[in-house]
Amino acid sequence: MNHPATLSILNGHLIDPANGIDEPLDLHIAEGRILAIGSAPEGFHAGQLIDASGLIVCPGLVDLSARLREPGQEHKATIASETAAAAKGGITTLCCPPDTDPVIDTPAVAEMIQHKAQQSALCRVLPIGALTKTLDGEQLSEMVALKKAGCAVLSNALTPIRNTLIERRALEYAATFGITVFLRPEDPHLRNQGCVHEGPVAARLGLPGIPGAAEIVAIARDLALAEQTGCQIHFCRLSCGASVAKIRQCGLPVTADVAAHQLFLTEDDLVGFNSNCHLIPPLRSHSDREALRQGIADGTISAICSSHQPHELDAKEAPFPSTAPGLSGLETLLPLTLKLVDEGLLSLSDAISRITSGPAAVLGLPLGQLGIGSWADICLFNPRQRWQLTADEMLSHGRNTPFLGCEFTGQVTHTLLEGSITYHRATDTQST
Amino acid sequence: MIIPNQSNIQLDAEGRLKHFLTIDGLNRELLTEILDTAESFAGVSERTVKKVPLLRGKIITNLFFETSTRTRTTFELAAKRLSADVLSLNISASSTSKGETLLDTLRNLEAMHCDMFVVRHADSGAAHFIAQHAAPHISVINAGDGRHAHPTQAMLDMFTIRRHKGDFSPLKVAIVGDIQHSRVARSQILALNTLGVEEIRIIGPATLMPADPESLGVKIFHNLEEGIQDVDVVIMLRLQHERMSGALLPSEHEYYQLYGLTDERLEAAKPDAIVMHPGPINRGVEMDSQVADGPRSVILQQVSYGIAIRMAVMAMTMQRQGGAQ
Repeated sequence: MNHPATLSILNGHLIDPANGIDEPLDLHIAEGRILAIGSAPEGFHAGQLIDASGLIVCPGLVDLSARLREPGQEHKATIASETAAAAKGGITTLCCPPDTDPVIDTPAVAEMIQHKAQQSALCRVLPIGALTKTLDGEQLSEMVALKKAGCAVLSNALTPIRNTLIERRALEYAATFGITVFLRPEDPHLRNQGCVHEGPVAARLGLPGIPGAAEIVAIARDLALAEQTGCQIHFCRLSCGASVAKIRQCGLPVTADVAAHQLFLTEDDLVGFNSNCHLIPPLRSHSDREALRQGIADGTISAICSSHQPHELDAKEAPFPSTAPGLSGLETLLPLTLKLVDEGLLSLSDAISRITSGPAAVLGLPLGQLGIGSWADICLFNPRQRWQLTADEMLSHGRNTPFLGCEFTGQVTHTLLEGSITYHRATDTQST
Repeated sequence: MIIPNQSNIQLDAEGRLKHFLTIDGLNRELLTEILDTAESFAGVSERTVKKVPLLRGKIITNLFFETSTRTRTTFELAAKRLSADVLSLNISASSTSKGETLLDTLRNLEAMHCDMFVVRHADSGAAHFIAQHAAPHISVINAGDGRHAHPTQAMLDMFTIRRHKGDFSPLKVAIVGDIQHSRVARSQILALNTLGVEEIRIIGPATLMPADPESLGVKIFHNLEEGIQDVDVVIMLRLQHERMSGALLPSEHEYYQLYGLTDERLEAAKPDAIVMHPGPINRGVEMDSQVADGPRSVILQQVSYGIAIRMAVMAMTMQRQGGAQ
């Protein structure tokens, strides 16, 4: 990456939760890294200035799950299109799950994805390696080779490992080499053919349900194996209140994330068979949503992710059970998280930590913070700017979001990756 | 809820019926209007010339993505008695097997200038989907979508109950069998509640009960005799053979022992209780032949009333767009 020599961000309000900063401070950048905070060093001359008056300056967002659809499903989206959408959403690092085609179970695929992302140079893309070959849940992947090829963590994506013994072996092997494993807790037998939360709305709409027990049974199993193997486990996309309670009480150093939309939508939003609300894990009850919010508030859940799953139009144009699950979420990660601040659940600094330092800590990487010497991955946003999400203005190729037409407060104005501007919204602020 | 709500697409701006997709969201006045309209059509079948010219020149397409004999035939008859031209397509055997999407099938039929689609599909929500995507002048009638709804079946059942019992308000109604997988039961429960019956009971083992049954406004019984005690109407549901392989039931034999309706068990119900079944009956599984063919059975009447109800719904949805002459 070509780093501009020097840059200063002036007059902004700096929030860097990892370093406990929440005050008006300038930032000075050189060679793509943070050189100084506050006043500029002696003799420093900024080649570029960004006037951040009225803006919040925070670390670039770290998204633990965003599907780019490349390789294999380029009709849905591409690395170029989705990294552009990420930059627009203030995201500077995203993790790409291994369920591409081919699966990220060889160093070649992992390297190809990173290479393409570096060509676009809009977002840092960290491939997540497959935990088992082809995600079949039977043979271990070459975990160490994947790690060397840039896979930050390993996961079996949305395919649960059916055989408990193989899950144990996979976690033991990963633990040997200090590799964190992401698990999406779901018992495939209890999931069965379900497509929505098993509850009153499913009963009314006659849609096959997925009971909360499908997640809770899997979490209980995974926690027992985490204790047995000592593997560092991260639970992906919690959906049940009881899951939060189990993780809070387990006494193990496991971490967890939740998709941003799961903190707002519930099964009630399925009424009318809205296929953009066909999501896995499913939208659950109000009490589940409240428990997830409490988990975010008390830090049991340390990361909010987009769970970005872009689809072509046709994938959602069918009777509900035949549509593809997932929503396009890169461009709503920040605004939804900011809504939690408006609703009084979190302070602004805590909210930002859940999309920056929280997920970075899960990855064990020195990202999501703006300490001196760190990469200058920065998001600037206007916290008072009101805007509406429209399909025309989305950069993601996937327009499949139930939030189309919704009004948000707080809009990204600039995104910087290693000191280079990857997104700039030309409105009321100027860069010179 | 922060996202835009999808309002009831069945009704037009004036609150008249545009599509007939589900009982959900329809009020008692509208359901009563359907029953009253059906009452006026019930006589047509007994005339020498069994036709009225209400939908002359209209094209009605039966789109059946799932096989059906009874429902398709009565829809066809209903359309013909209203003087419409009818096209019946068995789609499972044609387009979808060639990979055509549902939307493409729909566009092709629209290009043939159809005025109404009568839809049966294996996916819950399929009729809603078609109604949302069809051209504005087209009405859609749901003839059964997945486990979701079968509203014309529910209304013909209501018609049958009203003919025999008159007033809905004092009635106790029991529905026996596989409620969880039944679109018929779901629509019946909604219609019975909207029409204001005193009590609805659902009877069966827990494996065949829906999630959160209380939210549907019903009482659960696991014992047949207790459940049909003093009821005015007993509705038996068809038991699909595949429920055995899904570990929902041990055997048809045990099901019949526990939930099969016999003359002896029927003693528990009110002396004038009627017995209904949406058909086709598994004799010796859901009920004994003596009950099915006995004096309290109104099963064959249900079939003939089905024509009047379907005429009523077709006429009402088309009237809105000036179909009546």
